[in-house]
Amino acid sequence: MTIERSNSERTVRMAGEYFQRDRNLQPPAYTPTYKTSVTRSPQKALLSLEQSLSELTGPVFNHNDLGPLDHDMILNYAKDGEPIGQRIIVHGRVIDESGHGVPNTLVEAWQANAGGRYRHKKDTYLAPIDPNFGGCGRCLTDDEGYYFFRTIKPGPYPWRNYVNSWRPAHIHLSVFGPSFTQRLITQMYFEGDPLIDICPIVKTIPDEDAIKRLVAPLDLNASIPLDCRAYKFDIVLRGRRSTLFENRLEGN
Amino acid sequence: MVQPLNYFKETASQTAGPYVHIGLAPDYAGFDIFETNFSNVVAGPDTKGERIKIEGRVFDGTGAPVRDVLIESWQANSDGKYSHPEDTQQKPVEKDFRGWGRICSDFETGVFTIETIKPGPVPGRNGKTQAPHISLWIVARGINIGLQTRLYFSDETAANGEDQVLNLIEQEDRRKTLIAQRSERDGETVYSFDIYLQGDNETVFFDV
Repeated sequence: MTIERSNSERTVRMAGEYFQRDRNLQPPAYTPTYKTSVTRSPQKALLSLEQSLSELTGPVFNHNDLGPLDHDMILNYAKDGEPIGQRIIVHGRVIDESGHGVPNTLVEAWQANAGGRYRHKKDTYLAPIDPNFGGCGRCLTDDEGYYFFRTIKPGPYPWRNYVNSWRPAHIHLSVFGPSFTQRLITQMYFEGDPLIDICPIVKTIPDEDAIKRLVAPLDLNASIPLDCRAYKFDIVLRGRRSTLFENRLEGN
Repeated sequence: MVQPLNYFKETASQTAGPYVHIGLAPDYAGFDIFETNFSNVVAGPDTKGERIKIEGRVFDGTGAPVRDVLIESWQANSDGKYSHPEDTQQKPVEKDFRGWGRICSDFETGVFTIETIKPGPVPGRNGKTQAPHISLWIVARGINIGLQTRLYFSDETAANGEDQVLNLIEQEDRRKTLIAQRSERDGETVYSFDIYLQGDNETVFFDV
């Protein structure tokens, strides 16, 4: 554990456990309008666990894990040209609930191409594969928790839930943080998309504000004129408390 | 009125979906893009310890194997040390041991395997020691937020009996859902560990 100690023992401050997850804003396991969750959701209550070293630690990644184009989905699968579609930058910060940037953490992204087709052997949607688009990227946040990708805006995608269900345009994002308890996979949506409000997967989230925080606004400030637009998407991981009171303070 | 607390709120989880492999294991999705892919091989050749294979399937509430599941594993080395700056135990950790693996089930059979070394016991809370275990995180289509569980070892009966976390499980029968069964196969040590998402044999999942 990180121990910050001043000269006096009075101010022992130790980075402690992670804040408990707010299950009122996180989607519950059982959400029958998203049909696949019906048989894949535990019926028994989760067992709450006080965190130990097993939960306070997690995998560490570094630049040796990544290739130079891993963050650039416009170029990282370009074969005989660049992919077709709306060129965009997706950028933001990974912070924790206390607002601290989460540095050097792995962010992974995956998505369909401009027509809503995934490069996956199990995807049989009739929209064509783009020969120059793979659809995955990854990067490490910088010292302040900042990350960015360059990509093509994904298209909506039909799926077998209701007879006529379409996913909003979305990018899947996977984030680590320094501990395994912060591990998170989510989806980023795009400002103004009318499919967001009627998507059964979006609606697994019970909290309106939590849904809004998954919608990335257009960010003209970060756009590159005559080249590509930008969307800003900040990601918040669980915060962490200081275990002030597990130490006997001087005078107490 | 009081001051607002002003904490940020955690980003909401969403399902990893059926095509999670594109981003996290593109080789499984069927294409080659990254120079290095993460894999189910947790321990490198220079990592000390007993080599083991873990093998299992994840089942849904109808008893069918989940064939598009992705699991991540997190564990200590054979000395019980995590490869992480906050593990300050005075023990060495091998350079080729990250302690983390990414595991995809087979699209046809649903079988997943982890190739690793058996972890040592690690510090628990309040000066106690925890039985050897591997932390698992499970995502898939139909799972809205990653499920956390632990894998313990059938040949650690004494340590398991003392383990703080196993002993938190009120129903003794349910503790068994976290114990992987040891066997030998062609000179290899294999631990079998099936995960039941829902129903009679439901695996214990944690809110950590």
